[in-house]
Amino acid sequence: MAERKTLTFALMDAPYESARTTTALRLIDIAARRGYAVNVFAYEGAVLLPFSRQQPHPNAVHGRNVEEENHLLTKQVVAALIDEAARNGGNLDWVNCGLCVDERGAGEAIDGVRRGSPADFWKMAEASDNTLVIGTR
Amino acid sequence: MKALNIIESAYRATIEEQDDTIVWLTHAMKAAGADLAVLLRGNAVNYAVRRQDAAGLAFGGWRQTQPPRISDDITALTTKGITVYVLAEDLAARGLEAVDLVPGLERVTCDGLPALFAAHDQIWHW
Repeated sequence: MAERKTLTFALMDAPYESARTTTALRLIDIAARRGYAVNVFAYEGAVLLPFSRQQPHPNAVHGRNVEEENHLLTKQVVAALIDEAARNGGNLDWVNCGLCVDERGAGEAIDGVRRGSPADFWKMAEASDNTLVIGTR
Repeated sequence: MKALNIIESAYRATIEEQDDTIVWLTHAMKAAGADLAVLLRGNAVNYAVRRQDAAGLAFGGWRQTQPPRISDDITALTTKGITVYVLAEDLAARGLEAVDLVPGLERVTCDGLPALFAAHDQIWHW
C-alpha cells in the first residue's frame, strides 16, 4: 500500500483569473484520488473558489443553454475534491482566510469549508510532508 | 520546521490591502509561533527602500488615512527576529545600494541561494 502523504497547498488567485488555479486543483485531484491527507489554505481571492452563490450561466456565443453549457463552477470542483478525498480514505481540509473572506463579502461557502487564519496555514504546513504555494503573479 | 518565504510579486494590491499580503502573512504566522525567514527578490527588493510614501490617495471625499508603509513592515520583521534576505543581483539591477535600504537586512547572492534553501525545511515562493 502506498504511503499516505499529507500535503498542503496555498492558493491565492480568484476564480476565472488564472490557469494556475486549474493546475492547482488538478494536483489536488491527484492527491485526493490517492487518498492523501490534503490541506488547502485559500488566501486572498482564492477564498471565492468555494463561494456558494456562484451560478451557472447559458452562453449565447456558444449557442448553448445553461444545461448544455455546463459551466465550470469552482464551488462544484471544491465539493467534488472533498468527496473524492473522502471516497479514497483521505480528506481535504479547506480553510478560507477569514479576513480575506470579510473584505470580499465571501462568507457564504459550501459545506466542508471552514474559516481560519495564517496560524492554520502554519499548523498545516508544519504537519505536512511538503507545501506548495501558488501565489498570484 | 523552518520555512523561507520568497517574495517576488511586488506592489500587488498594496494600496487596497494597506500592506503587502505576504509580508502581512509572515507577521501573522510569526505571531502564531512560526519559524520563518524572508527573501526579497525581483521587484520586491524595493520593499526595503527607505522613504517610500504612498500617502494621499483619495476618491471624491474619501481619503485613505492608513497607506501602506512597507519598508516599516520589513523593519518590523527584523525586530521580531525574522531574518530578511535581499538578493544582491536584483538590488544592483535596480541601482539600489545599502544606503538606500532599511537596516538589518542580509544580502545574499544567487550563488548563495542553494545553501540558503538547504538551510530551510520548506520553501514558499510567492
